[in-house]
Amino acid sequence: MGRRVGLEVSLACAEAVKLCNADVIAAYPITPQTHIVEHLAELVAEGHLDAEFVPVESEHSAMSACVGSAAAGARTFTSTSSQGLALMHEILFITSSLRLPIVMAVANRSLSAPISIWNDHSDIMAERDIGWVQTFAENGQEVLDLMIHAFKVGEDPRVNLPVAVNMDGFILTHVIEPMVMPDQAEVDAYLPPYKPSQWLNPAQPISLGMVGVPEVYTEAKKANLVALEDSYPAIVEHWEGFAKAFGRSYQPIESHRTDGADTLFVTMGSLGETCMSAVDQMREDGRSVGQVRIRLWRPFPVDDFLAAIKGAKNLIVLDRALCPGILAGPVATELRALLYAKGVRPFVANFVAGLGGRDVTRTDFVAMLDKAEQAAADGQEITCQMVGVKE
Amino acid sequence: MADEGMTPWKDLALGCAMSEPGSSRRFNTGDWRSRRRPITDREKCIKCGLCWIICPDMAYTPDPEAEGYYKWDGYYCKGCGICIEECPKDAISWQEEKEEDKYGPACGS
Repeated sequence: MGRRVGLEVSLACAEAVKLCNADVIAAYPITPQTHIVEHLAELVAEGHLDAEFVPVESEHSAMSACVGSAAAGARTFTSTSSQGLALMHEILFITSSLRLPIVMAVANRSLSAPISIWNDHSDIMAERDIGWVQTFAENGQEVLDLMIHAFKVGEDPRVNLPVAVNMDGFILTHVIEPMVMPDQAEVDAYLPPYKPSQWLNPAQPISLGMVGVPEVYTEAKKANLVALEDSYPAIVEHWEGFAKAFGRSYQPIESHRTDGADTLFVTMGSLGETCMSAVDQMREDGRSVGQVRIRLWRPFPVDDFLAAIKGAKNLIVLDRALCPGILAGPVATELRALLYAKGVRPFVANFVAGLGGRDVTRTDFVAMLDKAEQAAADGQEITCQMVGVKE
Repeated sequence: MADEGMTPWKDLALGCAMSEPGSSRRFNTGDWRSRRRPITDREKCIKCGLCWIICPDMAYTPDPEAEGYYKWDGYYCKGCGICIEECPKDAISWQEEKEEDKYGPACGS
C-alpha cells in the first residue's frame, strides 16, 4: 500500500514517471524544472528506468522529439517551465491535434522581462488554448498522483490527448514534503502497458501531420474541440479508479467550507493551501467565507464549478497571471464569461497575486475578503487589482 | 465552395491520419489556374526536359506518343508560368483559356 517518504517534489515527479514506465523522455533543463529531468536522467543512466533519454538542444526540439516518439507508439514524457514552455508553443498545438498522449510536467514560472525564475502562472496561461488536458496540483502528493493519472487519462482510447500537470515552481518543485509513494505493483495494476490506438507502424502505414485544405480544416478543428470536451468522463472516471486503487480521491473542482458561505475564494495551484488555512482562520473569526479550487483547468468543468459556487453571493477570483489590455486576469475573464452565459450573477472580485514569486500570505486573503465585501456592499468593481503592489 | 468531397468531422481519422498512400494525386491544383495556360510550340522545343524538371506540380510528363517531348496536364498545372520563364528556347507561351475548357485535352501537342 505504498510507503511514506519525505521527498523533494521534483524528485517525486520523476519517480512517478519511473513508476509509470515511460519509454521516452526528451527534455531540456530549465529552472525550476531542472531537478525533475536531472533525476530522470540519473534513473535512466543507472538502469533503474528502461527508457530513452533524449537530451535535446531546446524545448522546441524536446516537444518535437516527443511528437515523433509518441507517434511511434512510445509512452512519452517531458517537462519544462516558463520560456521553455513558450518555446514549445507551436508544437503544443500539433501534439493535441495529432492526438498524441504525451505527458508534460510544467513547473510554473513567470515569463521575462524582467527575467524571473520564480513562480506564477504566466507560462501556462499563455498556453490555455493548446487543446491539452490540464490539471493543477496543490502539494507534493498531488503532483505524484496527478502524474500517474495523467498517463492513464491521455492514453485512454476515448481520449488520446496530451496532458499537462501544472505544479508551482519552487513553492512545490523545490520543497521536501511528506507523501505516500505507491508501490510498482499498484501502479502497474492501475496503468497497464500503453496500447496506442494507432502508430507509425510499417505493417499498417499512415501519414500524420498532413496538409488540411479549407475543405477539411474546420472539420479537423471541430474534432479536436469535441475530443477535449469528451475527455471529461474519462478524467473523472480515472480519478475514481485512482481513489479505489490508492485511497486518495480527486475532483475536477474541490470545495472547502463552502456550506452557507456568502463569499468564496476561487484558487488554482499551491495558493489553494494558503487560502485554505486563511479560510479556516476566518471561519473561526465568524466570517462567512469558503473556497473552491480549480483542479481541472482543461476541459473546464463547467457544471462542477456552477454546483460548487451555488448560492454564493460573492466570488473572489485569484489570478496568478495577467491579460494585458482587458483588465481582468485570465481565470476571472473566463469565469465571468461563463457566469454571464449561464445567467448566474454573483459579485466577482478579481485580484492578481503572487506574480514572479511574490509571497501571498494568510493576511493577504483576509484583506482581499475585506475589500471584496466592502466593494460588493458599495456596488464598486474590483478587477485585476494587484495585491501588494507598491504604489 | 461546394461541399462535394467534404468529410463530416465525425468521419475523420484519429488526428487526421492518412492511411491511403498517394492521395495527393487527387489534389486538383489545376483548379487554381486562371484564364490562361502554357502551350508548347514543338517546332521550337529541343526536348531538353527543363519544363518537366522545374514544374512544381509535375504537370509535365514524358509524352508516350511523341518520344522526347513532354505533355502537359491541366489537372495539375496551377498556371504559375515558371515553365514559360525557364524554357531556354521560348517554346512555351501563354494561351487564353475558357473556364469550361480547363480540363480539356492537353494542348501543345
